Amino acid sequence: MKNLVWPFTEKDVRALRAGDAVLVSGPVRTGRDRFHKYFADGGRLPFSLKDGALYHCGPVVVKDARGEWRVVAAGPTTSVRENPYEPALIEKCGVRLVIGKGGMDSATLEACAKCGCVYLQAVGGAAAVAAKSVKRVRSVAFLEEFGAAEAAWEFEMEDFPAVVAMDTHGVSLFEETARVSAARLAAIC
Amino acid sequence: MKSPRQSPEERILGLIERTSTTLPDDVLAALGRAARREGRASRARVVLDTILENVRIASAQGTPLCQDTGTLSFYVSSSLRRKVSPQTIAKAVARATERGLLRQNTIDSVTGRSVASNVCHGAPVVHYVDDWENAVSLLMKGGGSENMSVQFSLPDAALGAGRDMEGVRRCLLAAVHKAQGFGCAPGILGVCVGGDRASAFAEAKRQLFRRLDDENAVPELAKLEKRVLREANSLGIGPMGLGGKTTLLGVKIGALPRVPASFFVTVAYLCWAARRGRIVFR
Repeated sequence: MKNLVWPFTEKDVRALRAGDAVLVSGPVRTGRDRFHKYFADGGRLPFSLKDGALYHCGPVVVKDARGEWRVVAAGPTTSVRENPYEPALIEKCGVRLVIGKGGMDSATLEACAKCGCVYLQAVGGAAAVAAKSVKRVRSVAFLEEFGAAEAAWEFEMEDFPAVVAMDTHGVSLFEETARVSAARLAAIC
Repeated sequence: MKSPRQSPEERILGLIERTSTTLPDDVLAALGRAARREGRASRARVVLDTILENVRIASAQGTPLCQDTGTLSFYVSSSLRRKVSPQTIAKAVARATERGLLRQNTIDSVTGRSVASNVCHGAPVVHYVDDWENAVSLLMKGGGSENMSVQFSLPDAALGAGRDMEGVRRCLLAAVHKAQGFGCAPGILGVCVGGDRASAFAEAKRQLFRRLDDENAVPELAKLEKRVLREANSLGIGPMGLGGKTTLLGVKIGALPRVPASFFVTVAYLCWAARRGRIVFR
């Protein structure tokens, strides 16, 4: 198990290999469908993602009795929907960790290699495990415009477990699985 | 567990709470068996252990298993039409949302605005079904898995699938392969053979209410269910698509009549967080 602590440096990220199990600690920014489209349409970001972590996640968040945000459930959403937008976002914003589930396409894999970024897979549906790693909500952007599930939440996370699924060396665990399963399918159909 | 003093609205709220925060025992048992089949330090084992830990935490805390609390589909016995009205269900859904048992998960498709209460025209989905079981069943199906649902029209030349059970088998394996880990494998297939495009998706979804350990009453379908389950698990896609021995937990196939011109094979893919619940009113 490797510890990844913010700020995430290019050197740290390039040292990771597909298959490595990691624990992520530090600020993590959520951003999913609306956020990516907003960025692709030329929208300005009111925060920096440089050397940061972008998490494909639409959490369940409630306000507690003291008026503070409490994260109840925060597992990853499917990342493929952001394929058209992610390479530009990685390149322009200096994102070092993209966290989600299901993996992303070859263009994103190339951007990871070029810019020094890795894709981490969190366990889909494991929302209570992920929420346990959220120590507090630091801030939120686009809450009014996008709604709670699509807003860009800034979580303070501690020891968030994930697996390096796409590294900076052009290796994707998903491509491997797709290749193996395609061969097996051809054999039985 | 059942308190006669609870109002129908309270009972529905309880159903939502239990469905959102716990897994049916048959699904939990199947996930446990899947974990034991994998090697100690394997990626698949780590994923499955995390899933099992997640179920424990969510149940103990009473928080959602998955943040995507999904589309809520209620199936209400028509004998309960007056006691459990759409308004009763809507009130319970709004309260469950306030309590964080449901995510603010409803988007106006035209304006793009979030519907904070999860209640509007078309949400939640409520079906009154013609039975006298005095039951309310609930399926909470996340979007990631719904995106992997698919309908085939046979014959399908690319799949080499003709209008027979072999053709159906090929469609189902193609659907599992296409879904990879995107629908949060290990998943469950609800299938309808035949029907029209709309009735078939409805029937495929209804199949997801069957227990994993039940036996299909139609021998041909029972045989196909077992074969597709075995073959899908030989594809090596594994939990969350990172490789492994369990890609599906179950295959449930129903059939509807069709017209001579049409032969649809319809697949409703459900993620491992198979949130189905049921309460019975006296």
